[in-house]
Amino acid sequence: MINRVLVANRGEIARRVARTCAALGIETVAVFSDADEDALFVREATRAVRLPGTSSADTYLRIDLVVAAALKSGADAVHPGYGFLAENPAFAEAVIDAGLTWIGPPPSAMRSMGSKIEAKRLMRSAGVPVLPEGDEAGFPALVKASAGGGGRGMRIVRSEAELAGAVEAAAREAESAFGDGTVFVERYVERGRHIEIQMFADQHGNCVSLFERECSIQRRHQKIVEESPSPAVNEVLRAEMGAAAVAAARSVGYVGAGTVEFLLAPDGRFYFLEMNTRLQVEHPVTELVTGLDLVALQIAVAEGSPLPPAALHPTVNGHAIEVRLCAEDPAAGYLPQSGRVVDFDIPALANVRVDTGVMSGDDIPPYYDSMFAKVIAWAPTRSGAARLLAFALSSSRVHGVATNRDQLVQVLRHPEFLAGDIDTGFLERNPCTERVDGTHRLAAVAAALVGQARSREQVAVLPLVPSGWRNVTSQDQTVEFDIVGIGLVSVGYRFDRNGAVARLTVDGEPLGVTAGTPLTGSVLLTENGVSTRFHVRIGDQHAYVDSLEGSWTLRLVDRFPLPDSAGLAGSLVAPMPGSILRVLVETGQQVIPGQPLVVLEAMKMEHQVVAPSGGTVTQVLVAPGNQVSTGQALLVLEDKS
Amino acid sequence: MAILADRVDERSDAYRANRAALQTLIDQHDELLAQLLVGGGQQYVDRHRKRGKLLARERIELLLDRDSPFLELSPLAGWGTGFPTGASMVTGVGVVEGHECMIVANDPTSRGGAINPITLRKNLRAMEIARENRLPFINLVESGGADLPTQSEIFIPGGRTFHDITEMSSLGIPTIALVFGNSTAGGAYVPGMSDYVVMINQRSKVFLGGPPLVKMATGEESDDESLGGAEMHARVSGSADYFALDERDAIRLGRQIVRRLGHRKLGPGPRGPGSAPRYDPEQLLGIPSSDLRIPFDPRDVLARIIDDSDFDEFKPLYGTSLVTGFCEIMGYPVGVLANHHGVLFNEEADKAAQFIQLANQSDTPLVFLQNTTGYMVGKDFEQRGIIKDGAKMINAVANSSVPHLTVNLAASYGAGNYGMCGRAYGPRFLFTWPNARTAVMGPAQLAGVMSIVARESAASMGRPFDEEADAAMRAGVEEQIERESLALFMTGKLYDDGLLDPRDTRTALGMGLSAVHTNEIAGQRGYGVFRM
Repeated sequence: MINRVLVANRGEIARRVARTCAALGIETVAVFSDADEDALFVREATRAVRLPGTSSADTYLRIDLVVAAALKSGADAVHPGYGFLAENPAFAEAVIDAGLTWIGPPPSAMRSMGSKIEAKRLMRSAGVPVLPEGDEAGFPALVKASAGGGGRGMRIVRSEAELAGAVEAAAREAESAFGDGTVFVERYVERGRHIEIQMFADQHGNCVSLFERECSIQRRHQKIVEESPSPAVNEVLRAEMGAAAVAAARSVGYVGAGTVEFLLAPDGRFYFLEMNTRLQVEHPVTELVTGLDLVALQIAVAEGSPLPPAALHPTVNGHAIEVRLCAEDPAAGYLPQSGRVVDFDIPALANVRVDTGVMSGDDIPPYYDSMFAKVIAWAPTRSGAARLLAFALSSSRVHGVATNRDQLVQVLRHPEFLAGDIDTGFLERNPCTERVDGTHRLAAVAAALVGQARSREQVAVLPLVPSGWRNVTSQDQTVEFDIVGIGLVSVGYRFDRNGAVARLTVDGEPLGVTAGTPLTGSVLLTENGVSTRFHVRIGDQHAYVDSLEGSWTLRLVDRFPLPDSAGLAGSLVAPMPGSILRVLVETGQQVIPGQPLVVLEAMKMEHQVVAPSGGTVTQVLVAPGNQVSTGQALLVLEDKS
Repeated sequence: MAILADRVDERSDAYRANRAALQTLIDQHDELLAQLLVGGGQQYVDRHRKRGKLLARERIELLLDRDSPFLELSPLAGWGTGFPTGASMVTGVGVVEGHECMIVANDPTSRGGAINPITLRKNLRAMEIARENRLPFINLVESGGADLPTQSEIFIPGGRTFHDITEMSSLGIPTIALVFGNSTAGGAYVPGMSDYVVMINQRSKVFLGGPPLVKMATGEESDDESLGGAEMHARVSGSADYFALDERDAIRLGRQIVRRLGHRKLGPGPRGPGSAPRYDPEQLLGIPSSDLRIPFDPRDVLARIIDDSDFDEFKPLYGTSLVTGFCEIMGYPVGVLANHHGVLFNEEADKAAQFIQLANQSDTPLVFLQNTTGYMVGKDFEQRGIIKDGAKMINAVANSSVPHLTVNLAASYGAGNYGMCGRAYGPRFLFTWPNARTAVMGPAQLAGVMSIVARESAASMGRPFDEEADAAMRAGVEEQIERESLALFMTGKLYDDGLLDPRDTRTALGMGLSAVHTNEIAGQRGYGVFRM
């Protein structure tokens, strides 16, 4: 029996594992980096061991420290979650060698499946279809890291000419991410769908398929919407893919939870992609349609129990869809965001599950994955699940960091998605980052009016006089906001002597909108006879606006900027917090517009800072390895002109 | 609790006629206010803006806390005087960093912001309000100096400007000068006498004599910057305490200074919750009679001004031509004296004298709502001592030391103006409804009196009386007195602190009461209250 599990992970999955452990009466031990010291999963832990440092390499990826933490804390088992060390056979071996129970597959199976090249060879010999590779791949082709995952080190190549560069870039990214620069090339299937089979095996020879999940909605090869069952899989295909997955698992002597990923081509043929030897991020959709607790099954299997009848004879009930909430800005190339989640409230609805790593007021550190929560909805039908999930998301408050929430809502309401007509290129065709033209104006008006209500509520002097009262009116009250992607927006408003909003302008233009009495948390705006409530949260520097029209973050522009806050002219600043990977120029160098100057790594992604104009680099202020914060000057460029 | 009744009938002919008449006057008033916004004229506004400068009201708007109110004082000062309406200056009470301040701003688009006799009067009145109510005094300076053709009317009394700045300082009232442009010669003493001085790079010019005068006086070659630039004053002379980069920066510094003053109100805060009146203030427009001779009940006005329309009337059955009582306005307790039937009889005078003493005893500010034709004349009243009784009332008003706020709702004639705390009796604030009249007596009465005197004079000298000439004289005098008793005429001469849309009365009184509570509220003591 397992009595105390060390969860070698962080964020939502650490909490997810702990939740099932608690339900089973098993104690858990958390490990945490310095950046996670105040994180929710640590605050909730009854036992926790610090892993000094902040970077993954110094903390969650340190096999020795994690195993030592398990031993020191009296744990008798280790659950790796997903990511970090979850698919590292050396870690599994170290856990087992330390006399602890490894809640995962045998290291040998992990090792076989860990190399994509090796895995494909195994599958081919086991009769599972695989994509042609190497010289047979042809074009378009996909360059992949053998040790990769999550889309890192992956490049699509459409011609011979691009190949060498893509291979080099992928190898570099793979080397930096996984410590293994091995890459391979395989055929790239256009409009393919990502279908995966959740399989489960015990130590008694049982190996079952828990049916498919479809994960075709991806950005940068990373899944953001997952569902089960797949609208593209019928009973026949389900059985075929399930059999192939079981065959794949059996071929490596697999035990525990695993996922066999397939590419489903438009012609109905499917190809083995890889096997993930761990619990998947998207496992909740399988749980909601099968009624099984996959973490509980993992623990039972690790304890040597046979799979229970419910798992041996699974059935699918209804439909579940999961979305991954990520701290990133889809409209700005998925630029990762970090910082404080000022508010995080998802309405408590029946059949909506929230697996989150943060609560209101928590920080998202810049060092780890940008996904901070998953929201999963279940309904008897697919369209019902999509509707419920979109409603839950659009009624949520996610303030403080930019997220992909609005994008997810648009995906869930997209006709192609609802028709089940999806593939891995969906988001490239439908970026789902469009906003209804001009709604930022309403958001700005709402923010101004609610800000006004808040400030009037707090005044000690003349609180009963109508807001902004004048006996000689010369101008409107004006508030200026800075909205990412829009720029400066100026709102003018005026109240009449009875305290009603009498006039509204945006950038000096009257708005065909009337406003109800602004409250301290919301205001009703009426356009064409339809009133919409805009909820506004006023923070120190920002206003967060939520409505059925979408959500907006507006930076409040100070009426009186300090004269020296404009910064050094010509300085280029870090667009996000991160660490400097490379500095590509030196002092005195001439640069041309668009030339990359500095490469910054943040949230597992590389970002280039490029020259906005031609000129001379007069100062370089950072060096590789430096940690920088948003807005920090990196170098100074003197304009040519 | 004594809630006033709602007795206004919006459907009555009188209400409609009153409202229509008053609306016409309000429209005229609003039109004049709108004209103020172009200062001395559009071309001067454009030129000013082209120089990258903010208008006087824009400077004030930036200085004020966002969404806070601003009570502009005497905006139409100068109307009908031949000097610019507005007097090339904006003054008013506004909230800066949570503190009510008196703000004075020259309007450089109106004759270069030059000081004429009306400007001086407006400025001195603003300083008087600041001093009496202990309001921090912020001067937004940009003036070409004295209007030289009228220097004889400005030079001697104008010295008071500088005297009062430093006197305020000695009384613990902070004085701040933000110098946006010219502040030369005598004007240099505005920043010169202020506690805190902010000057703006390349903009402020503060010197006793400019380059031409210096050249004439001593032969020295010089320039504006070395004689009086902000940088020189900040680095060399020390006349500037803060060096601002631009106008916005200067206003930021001005706010920063106020934030650190720690200026405290000496009076008590509001006592009640300040509930709104129970009846619609819009209806105030239909209450004052369009025909001055028809009195109206001031309780109908009070019901739309005071908190919760809750009025505890004092002596309601005695001297009923004057309504007295206690209530709250925006939470501040006040005693109210309001004329009802216009005339003040002996009983009304006695009642007022007693009530004013009671308010002093309890340190309660007084609000006077004027609608009076004066003290009653006639044999009976003289013999009953109307002079003596009126004197008691005027005595009480004059020596009362609680703050007074006066609103002329309709008429303020004769000694009634004095007894009901007219301008000469030092109300902390005095506002006028646009329909109101102020004069020694009504035009017809005055012309009639003149006619009778002339007729008697002719008779006594045995001369024939020229009826035709008399009729022409009466018409001319009536027209002149009517014109000179109009609210606009009075406000143009700064005999009030501004005209008030009746619907803004509660707000203006609330702001006035908050301002007066910045100073301590102490009633006159001495004898016990005389029962009269």
